[in-house]
Amino acid sequence: MSGTKVASPVVDLTDQISLYRCQLELRKFEERAYDLFLENFVKGTSHLSIGQEAIAAGFAAAMRPTDWTFATYRGHAHTLARGVPMTPVFAELMGRTNGLMAGKGGSMHLTSVDHGVMGSYAIIGAHLPIACGAAWSAQYRKTDQVAVCFFGDGSVNIGAFHEALNFAAVWKLPVVFVCENNLWMEYTRTSEVTAVAHPAADRASAYGLESILIDGNDADAVFDVATSAIARARAGDGPSLIEALTYRHGGHSRADPGKYRPDAEVAEWMAKDPVPRYRLRLLELGVSEDELIAIENDVIAEVDRATEEAKAGGIPGEDLLMKDVWADGSGSWRN
Amino acid sequence: MAQLTFREAIARGVAQEMRRDESVVFLGEDVGAAGGVFKGTVGLFEEFGPVRVRDTPISEQAILGAAMGAAMTGLRPIAEIMFADFFAVCWDIVANEIAKSRYMTNGQVTFPLVIRSGNGGGLRFGAQHSQSVENWAMMIPGLKVVVPSNATDVIGLMAASIRDDDPVIFLEAKALYASKMDVPDGEIVDTLGSAKVLRNGTDATVVALGAMVPKALAAAEELANAGIECTVVDVRSLVPLDTTTILREVSATGRLFTVEENPRLCGWGGELASIVSEEAFYDLDGPIVRITTPHIPLPAADALEDMAIPSVERIVSTVTKSMNS
Repeated sequence: MSGTKVASPVVDLTDQISLYRCQLELRKFEERAYDLFLENFVKGTSHLSIGQEAIAAGFAAAMRPTDWTFATYRGHAHTLARGVPMTPVFAELMGRTNGLMAGKGGSMHLTSVDHGVMGSYAIIGAHLPIACGAAWSAQYRKTDQVAVCFFGDGSVNIGAFHEALNFAAVWKLPVVFVCENNLWMEYTRTSEVTAVAHPAADRASAYGLESILIDGNDADAVFDVATSAIARARAGDGPSLIEALTYRHGGHSRADPGKYRPDAEVAEWMAKDPVPRYRLRLLELGVSEDELIAIENDVIAEVDRATEEAKAGGIPGEDLLMKDVWADGSGSWRN
Repeated sequence: MAQLTFREAIARGVAQEMRRDESVVFLGEDVGAAGGVFKGTVGLFEEFGPVRVRDTPISEQAILGAAMGAAMTGLRPIAEIMFADFFAVCWDIVANEIAKSRYMTNGQVTFPLVIRSGNGGGLRFGAQHSQSVENWAMMIPGLKVVVPSNATDVIGLMAASIRDDDPVIFLEAKALYASKMDVPDGEIVDTLGSAKVLRNGTDATVVALGAMVPKALAAAEELANAGIECTVVDVRSLVPLDTTTILREVSATGRLFTVEENPRLCGWGGELASIVSEEAFYDLDGPIVRITTPHIPLPAADALEDMAIPSVERIVSTVTKSMNS
């Protein structure tokens, strides 16, 4: 299709090693998070993005520390990729006082304003207009900041998607919309409930935007398109809408084994797993096996350490219950 | 001192704050050169220009999402939702996003924003442009809800709402837009969460909100002629709620009547009745009585709408009957 971007690595080898490490951290973190569910350290629900790490890693590498991430309930990877340490994220999943939000948000609402992670939103499509608002603020205050908003293919059929895309285009806002198309809207194949083949790319023209479809399992390709879209936003040339093709290796959420997906499809995408794929690329580029093993051991040690630190966190007490409903820190609605 | 309509007071209150704080911006449908469909923003576009006063598409989710995102990144936006009934199409942004995000993030973000909206009936617009939705907003933890009843309060409460660091739903009674009063010159800044005693009586306390306040005052006048002296309290702010003033005034007379424009179920008066029952029960000399719009969608015909919304006559007859029984 026209406007399709292909991989054209613009990163140097040091950056590529960092990209590998980042993807690996996201992978190992989420594998551990899954184990922690099975051990009942993590309650409630959780949505893993195992298989989709290249998108979070590639974008985070292209963003400035002052740029903003708006993520969905499938937001562990996007939060960690911006530099949030593993310990408070694990602790948040476990509902501990050393959690990123002291246990008040949970897995679906990871937020770290200090790292530009402006929230993970669990109502489909809601954060697209909110990202527009942050972008408007940057435009008004002339701060050069860019908002990057990640969402799934299931978000493209809700009204907020269309309102936000039109609004961003009309106001020429510095926002980059990233559709992570993992082919499945919860338990239903997105193509069965969507009027166009490419849920985001095929709709870009409706908002006067270029149609951009990329291989979302190639961190270099992601970095490349992220760099150009963020530069465009920063230059005042308005929003972009990027569709990144990818696949989640697991089900929609903790409760879903993902059995509805054909085995052949799963096998096809497992062969395109972004993490081993990127490892192979680094080997081909001359990085030694020893160096990669050292990175892998380091990441696993980091995950182990963070797990234990998180488990050591306190259980939230009543002091937190009524806190911070309001800006003055209180929860009081009457005198 | 100048005579000002309620609608002119809105623009004056907003302009007062836009002059003192560059982070205050305004967005909504037809709010720019058109001056708002209710003419509540006349002059703002001319004074502050298209960068600070921005017209939007008919996209309520985008309007409120943009206000939220701007508020969490350093601005103090004021968003207009033309008719309060339209909150239903963007309620996710209000109830799930704006209201919850500060708490969920353990206080990492604040939302200094105001959403102003034309609320309630009396203009014969029919069910989808007339509902009084203050009870929708009041029941959501994390939202402040302000409902002025006169032009001076509009300015002062608007200023307080804009300066407040929490999200404020600012509901303007459409039926009051044309009402006039003398308004003091100069800066006016009021306090959220402060009810006002507008009339003192010894027999009963009538608590009213928004467009019901002038009706409660008129009813108190008639009741006084019949020998029933009423205190009239203007609630002004449902969240935060000035229960101190209300409990004091109810305890002083021993009777509470609420006058509410919202449909009956879960109206603010129900919450007030509960608080008074729990905390001032032994000061009561008779039942708490709620005077509300019945639990129906509002009809369009003037004859029917007038029957639905509490009237001066209904307030007078209800209070009289209850006081004499």
